[in-house]
Amino acid sequence: FADLADMSISEDIAVEGEITVPVGAPSPDEDFSTLDEPVRETIMRDLKAVGKKFVHVMYPKKSSALLRDWDLWGPLVLCVSLALMLQGGSADSKEDGGPQFAEVFVIIWFGAVVITLNSKLLGGTISFFQSLCVLGYCVMPLTVAMLVCRLVLLAGSGTVSFIVRLIVVLAMFAWSTLASTAFLADSQPPNRKALVVYPIFLFYFVISWMILTFTPQ
Amino acid sequence: QGGGSAVIDMENMDDTSGSSFEDMGEMHQRMKEEEEEEEGEAGAADDEDGEFLGMKGLRGQLGRQVADQVWQAGKRQASKAFSLYANIDILRPYFDVEPAQVRARLLESMIPVKMVNFPQKIAGELYGPLMLVFTLVAILLHGMKTSDTIIREGTLMGTAIGTCFGYWLGVSSFIYFLAYLCNAQITMVQMLSLLGYGLFGHCITLFVTYNIHFHSLFYIFWLVVGGLSTLRMVAVLVSRTVGHTQRLILCGTLAALHMLFLLYLHFAYHKVVEGILDTLEGPNMPPFQRVARDIPVVSNALLNTTAKAAALTM
Repeated sequence: FADLADMSISEDIAVEGEITVPVGAPSPDEDFSTLDEPVRETIMRDLKAVGKKFVHVMYPKKSSALLRDWDLWGPLVLCVSLALMLQGGSADSKEDGGPQFAEVFVIIWFGAVVITLNSKLLGGTISFFQSLCVLGYCVMPLTVAMLVCRLVLLAGSGTVSFIVRLIVVLAMFAWSTLASTAFLADSQPPNRKALVVYPIFLFYFVISWMILTFTPQ
Repeated sequence: QGGGSAVIDMENMDDTSGSSFEDMGEMHQRMKEEEEEEEGEAGAADDEDGEFLGMKGLRGQLGRQVADQVWQAGKRQASKAFSLYANIDILRPYFDVEPAQVRARLLESMIPVKMVNFPQKIAGELYGPLMLVFTLVAILLHGMKTSDTIIREGTLMGTAIGTCFGYWLGVSSFIYFLAYLCNAQITMVQMLSLLGYGLFGHCITLFVTYNIHFHSLFYIFWLVVGGLSTLRMVAVLVSRTVGHTQRLILCGTLAALHMLFLLYLHFAYHKVVEGILDTLEGPNMPPFQRVARDIPVVSNALLNTTAKAAALTM
């Protein structure tokens, strides 16, 4: 065992190097450490990302920005604002104020989850949260439609206003469906696109129906 | 005793940052198991470890074990996630369809087969039935909204989803159980698929009659469309069952439930629309619809005669 105990290095091999770490070398940790930046920067970065995605929904080109960096802030804001605007619009407004908010929330999120599971089971290559992100952001045209409907209803609730609302809601519904199809259908095998588009169509149809039948009390 | 002591006094630890009470409990439990394992190995080792019962030895040991906990917790999470994903994969073969196939099956669900002497093939597919159930939910919502149904306990959406999914899953299970009793050759997925496609007739009927409110139209649709889809399901089941009594039980139950469900969906959710329609249409209403409206007239007449009788007796 005496040989093993001899740990000395032979003299002719030069052992050299630097002990001090050079200043300014980018360590991998620094890229992810955003704890030190001011809060305003963090918020502005997130807001810009959300804003960029809204623009992508308005002009649905086949870009991957919506898919690559998914986030659920936009869908949450849209869902909550839609649910708030749809509240208090039925016969017994006192009774139905609560459930209406819950209804819209549940419909949107439960529907989005079901569509995502369906597209995954049909052999889609998109991930769970990416799909949720796209479906949530594509609710934006319908939120705009809700806003317009509310404003039109302020003016009056006759046949003319109904026709105007019908046209607006139909247009926004078509926009939503086309926008989400543009993003989601690409991830499917080509002969099964119809199978994925139908639930999306149904989903936005239910939301459009809720918007169209909204009558303020 | 040496380092094999399984009791670690958590209260004296100075580093309890972030851990919740439950986590500590779990850690404690795991540590006990770890200790018991280590006892076997380190029991024979040097007794010096017993000297380090001070805080230093405890912290070093704890540090190692905490790292171990983290690794094991991570491993558990990963395997849980994996098994959840694998559960989705179990359903994957049932969603392996082409749009042309779905269309064909939808049309087939309205055509009763004539050959009941050899078992009919049922496609064990879940995409079509699932989409049909959701379509039924959407149509039901439309009907409920139009009729201003007010649900006091719960939400409109919850009722619609509960009704449709409850029917699909519940009646499928029930008929599967009956089929098991009656020795019919059918699996659960096939039953779900059969009943799901049978809802296509319901969808069509309700879609038409929620928009065009005529009682006679509904009854015609109920008999024809509902009847056709029921006949198809019944024929398929008959072809897979032997024995007259068994066939009768199985098919009678299914037919009754299916037709009654359509009746229920129609009448439960459009009562109010009747009233509105009556007031809107006025004297131009076809005679059979006057029946609903005569009731208040009758009750008024009854009230008048009762009042007169009461006045006379006083």
